[in-house]
This record gives sequence, C-alpha cells and structure tokens, in this order.
Amino acid sequence: MNALADFFEHLGARATGAVHRLGFATRFLLLTLRNSGMCFRRFSLVMREIYFAGVLSLIIILVSGLFVGMVLGLQGYDTLERYGSSSALGVLVALSLVRELGPVVSGLLFASRAGSAITAEIGLMKATEQLAAMEMMAVDPIARVIAPRFWAGVISMPLLAAMFSAMGVFGGYLVGVRLIGVDAGSFWSQMQAAVDLREDILNGVIKSVVFGIAVAWIAVFEGYDAPPTAEGVSRATTRTVVTSSLSILALDFILTALMFRGT
Amino acid sequence: MPATDNLVEVDDVNFAYDATRQVLKGVKLGVRRGQMVAIMGLSGCGKTTLLRLIGGELRPSAGEVRVGGRSVAELNHEERFALRRKMGMMFQFGALFTDMSCYDNVAFQMREHTDLPEELINDLVLMKLQAVGLRGAQGLMPAELSGGMARRVALARTTALDPMLIMYDEPFAGLDPVSMGVIGQLIRSLNDALGATSIIVTHDVAEALKLVNYVYFMSEGAIVTQGTPDELRASDKPFVHQFVHGETDGPMPFHYPADDYVHDLQAVEA
Repeated sequence: MNALADFFEHLGARATGAVHRLGFATRFLLLTLRNSGMCFRRFSLVMREIYFAGVLSLIIILVSGLFVGMVLGLQGYDTLERYGSSSALGVLVALSLVRELGPVVSGLLFASRAGSAITAEIGLMKATEQLAAMEMMAVDPIARVIAPRFWAGVISMPLLAAMFSAMGVFGGYLVGVRLIGVDAGSFWSQMQAAVDLREDILNGVIKSVVFGIAVAWIAVFEGYDAPPTAEGVSRATTRTVVTSSLSILALDFILTALMFRGT
Repeated sequence: MPATDNLVEVDDVNFAYDATRQVLKGVKLGVRRGQMVAIMGLSGCGKTTLLRLIGGELRPSAGEVRVGGRSVAELNHEERFALRRKMGMMFQFGALFTDMSCYDNVAFQMREHTDLPEELINDLVLMKLQAVGLRGAQGLMPAELSGGMARRVALARTTALDPMLIMYDEPFAGLDPVSMGVIGQLIRSLNDALGATSIIVTHDVAEALKLVNYVYFMSEGAIVTQGTPDELRASDKPFVHQFVHGETDGPMPFHYPADDYVHDLQAVEA
C-alpha cells in the first residue's frame, strides 16, 4: 500500500514539476520576445548566429535531403510502377518532401546539430560566469545572448527546410529520371501541376517556422536553465535534442490534422 | 572606520539562498571612497555573496546595501543597470567571453554603452591592454591565454569604462606567485590611476595585506574582526592569528558541521 502511495506521490510530483517547468519556460519565452528589440536594431547579432546555427548546418541538411530524395525516388518508383503510374513519381517525391519530410527531418537534424550547440554554448557561458559578467556590465544577457540565438533559429529553420526539400527533389530526379529512366517531362510537369502553392508549400513553410520556434525556444531555455556544472550542461544538451525531437513529431501531427483536413 | 564618505555601506545585512542555510548574518561594513578594502575569510564564508549583493544581483533578506547613498535593492531594472555602468567586477577566473578576442572583450562595454567611433574605441582598447602589458595579445582568443594573462585581460575589461567602484572576486585564485604579484600591482596601480574604490574578496592573506587600506575578516557569514593591514599583522586575536599564519587548528573549524563521528561510524556498521 505504501509502495502504491509512493508511486502516486512520485507521479504527482513529476507532473506538477513538468507543469511548473513549462510555466517557467513560457515566462522565459515572453521575456525573450520582450527583449528582442536589440536584435532588430542590431541585426548583425542575429546574422552572426544565423551563420553558426544555419549556415554551418547546411552540409548535413543538404546531404540528408539528397539521400532522402533518392530513397523516395527508389521506393516511390517501386510502388507506383505496380499501378502503372510511375510518371507521377515527381508528384510523390515533391509532396512527400514539402508537406512532411522537409520540415520534419530538417527540424530533427536542426535540433541535433544547432539546438544542441546553442544549449551547450549558453550553458557553458553560464557555468563560466560569462552571463553573470555581462549582467554586471549592465548588458542584459537575455537581449544580447538569448534573443539573437532564438531569432537565428526561427529564421534559419524554414530556409533549411526549403533547401532540404529542394535537394530532395533533385535526389528524386537523379534516381527517378537519370537512373531509372522515368520521363523527365512528366516528372516535372506533373509535379508543377499537382503541387499547390498555398495547400502544400505554404503549409510546409508554416510547419517549419513552428518547428523553428519550438527548437530555438527549447535550446535557449535549456541552456539558460542548465545547472552550471559539466554534468548539468551535458544533461541540458541531451534534453534539448530529446524534447525538441518529440515536440517536432507531436506538433507535426497537430499541424497536419489542422491543415490537411479533407483535402 | 568612520561611516562618513563611504561609497559602499552594508548595514546589518542578512541573506539566505534557502531556509536551511543562512549565508550572511548581520554583516555591517563600509568602504571609503578611493580606498581598497579586502574582505577575507575561508571558502564558503559568504564573501562572494556579499559582492553579489553590492552589485544588485541578489537582494538581502534583511538590512540594506547602499552604493553612493542609494539602496541597491530598491533600484528598478534601469536604475540598477545605470549603477552597474559605474561599477566593474572581475570574476574569479576572468569570465572572458570565449567567442571574442582579447581586443573585443575589452571593447565590449564601450560598444554596448557608448556611441564612440571605432577609431576612438581602438585607441582606448589599446591603452587598456597596454596598461596590463598585453597589447601584443590583442588578437588572441581567451582559450589561447594562460591563467595570469586571462586575469590581466579581465582586469583591462573591468576598467574599460573607468568605473568608480571595482570589485574583485578572488583575483589571485590559481595563479603562480609571479602572476599573483603582477595582478596585485596592477590592481593597486589601476585603482590609484582611476581614483576608484576597490573591494577585493580573497583568501590570499599575504598578497592582500600588501595592497589594501583596510581589511574585514569574515567567518560563517559574519564580520569577526577588522582593521588596517598593520593592525592585523600585530593582532594577537586567535582568529586573525590562525588566518594570517594559515594554521589548521584554531577558532575556524576545519570540519563542516556533522553528527557525532562515532555515531556515524556505528550507523554504517549496523
């Protein structure tokens, strides 16, 4: 009986702890948004972080996009060929990428590559008293360190997702048209006819912006909240990747349910 | 020390991070303008917490900290930041920004708080680095510096805007004797050149007594004695004697408070 009570007590404590932490993270996000003025007055601060979070993530995004596109080309052809509609390969590749795989896979890669780096950097700045030093110099670390990294994540993510999708379409073309021999004209023309700017591309962009906000928010919060020890920073970095990945998958389901109902 | 003309006044301050551990207990001290004051005591006695209270990072649970006659805890965010622009704080291991060169570290506050043209900032940064002997290291990153060099760059950064109050948190920690002497001399000469007021938190007695005008000794969150360096060297108080001569036995406990030793050992055996 005692073990059962302990179990429920532990479960309750975990639940209230999670809600408390979510509230704290939300207040932190609001504080970051309120202190974002400096980012837009001095956009070079954000540009620098876009370089670290976005440009340096390009290789992994482009290579992954190419391979995902090539696999889609192979798998798609194999399936479509059974129904005699291999000419629709371009449509399948493009819709899979712009609606789902582009935002989701690039979001997961962005969380692992850039999100973890942001958390580790902020956590280490805290552990080595750099944030405290900044505050003692009358410079608000939220405005100077956190907000530029947050906005860099939000801006980079849709651009990376777009490049992932573009590279994926190219990968699908390489395998489908160049390797297997699907007609290039039908590959491109069917894609052009079937992919809708608002229904498909814009919704994909909205997804990637939402994922960008989620990953950037989680990354900066975990870094700022990390205990100032080696173990604390290490745990925070792991939490960023796990929480971001799960959030992306959950948000993807919610957004897909809202966007593509009955279409 | 008379209470007049004090830039910093700490008045019966109590502070606790949590309900179980009282860090400061009725601390009362004053720092006169233009002087260097050392706050000494064993690790964990509340010295750094006191600096954080003076800088407005923490709020006292009772009592008042005044800088320039104004209560720090009562300042709003803008006023607190305005006060900090007139303060400098050197952290224990320098706390240099690791993504910036030495030059950019020193230029940081000038770029953040002034509209000075880059040519003038360049001149000022080179002057500050020259003063600590590291003009030649301006392009190096913090990771490329030795501990002593990093501390000197941090000193140049701390004095970048010629602050009226400079606080040093363990400026000698982890330094070799030569670097310690260099940092000590720089702290004294920069304080005198700027006409600033300095508070040095340290447990390095020999180095601090050479530099400062007045010393406060802290133990377990309270000021236990105070005086000029000469008074303290001549003191026969057991506490001061133990600290100045680094003796393990004396009024300062070696052991952290614990239950009865025999009881603890028997509990494990059982």
